[in-house]
Amino acid sequence: MLDLGPHASFILAAYGVTAVAIAGLVLVTVGDDLKQRNLLAALERQGIRRRSAAKSTAETPTTPGTERPSAKKPASKRKTTPRPRKRKTPS
Amino acid sequence: MISLANPTRFLSLVGAVVPWLTAVVVILLGTGLYLSFFVAPPDYQQGETVRIMFIHVPAAWLALFGYTLIAIAALGTLIWRHPLADVAAKTAAPIGATFTFIALVTGSLWGKPMWGTYWVWDARLTSVLVLFLLYLGLIALWQAIEEPGRAGRAAAILALVGGVNVPIIKFSVDWWNTLHQPASVFRPDGPTIDPSLLTPLFVMAAAFTALFVLLHLIAMRAEILRRRVRALQQTQVARAAMAEA
Repeated sequence: MLDLGPHASFILAAYGVTAVAIAGLVLVTVGDDLKQRNLLAALERQGIRRRSAAKSTAETPTTPGTERPSAKKPASKRKTTPRPRKRKTPS
Repeated sequence: MISLANPTRFLSLVGAVVPWLTAVVVILLGTGLYLSFFVAPPDYQQGETVRIMFIHVPAAWLALFGYTLIAIAALGTLIWRHPLADVAAKTAAPIGATFTFIALVTGSLWGKPMWGTYWVWDARLTSVLVLFLLYLGLIALWQAIEEPGRAGRAAAILALVGGVNVPIIKFSVDWWNTLHQPASVFRPDGPTIDPSLLTPLFVMAAAFTALFVLLHLIAMRAEILRRRVRALQQTQVARAAMAEA
């Protein structure tokens, strides 16, 4: 057995608290990751898919809820306002 | 780098990196703990309690690293409005808070046998406690606002305001007369710690840093998926409402 001297309880308590805190953090983080993956899989099984996932992979996929607010729409979807035609003025 | 900022590409990168990084964490942590308990000698002044340094100092470094990461990500949220910046900041907060908690508790447990007290209100200890409260405030703010975009912008402002605490923590031991010792590793004239104690410290610091990065990547993946789930559930509700109408 390792002899940690007269302050062994402080050393063991420090390592114990660290181990518990890190183990808790790992469990919460990995558990949340698994939960979200299962939820997404369940939704996709119901036929609810992201538009980008349903489309061909040719377009760059995006994540709903994480689109850039300032991102421009693709040129094909952009609304274009027709330029006013110049009136022909009678000569 | 710009292509990795796409959430889907980022997810595939995380999937590839996580198994390798897990192996690196296990190896570094195993080696670090072996060096800390079976190779490092007791300090000539502090005796065996110096072994607390191998977890206290890396945890304190990562507490500052985590907040610096959040402050940089906050700039990304406010200036470029990039969604991954918000995801990175939000998911770094609980990890940074945990390492700050570890630094506070292990420091307290180290202080009792060395200083004769668990706690003193000196500049270093108080500023680290403020850092912990800032982390908790940020987590509470993200939880309080439901819409991720609004929550991200509000938290980014708080994170940048709180960023002033990072240099205060770093230089508190130089600016004020504190019970906490001054910097003994990163100094202009080199470390004042013997290599027999410095090696385990660096291995444990590498292990903790790898663990931080690993958990951060996993948490970021979970947050991206949470936002996808939220968006799909809203689609599901909208479809159901249309079907009823």
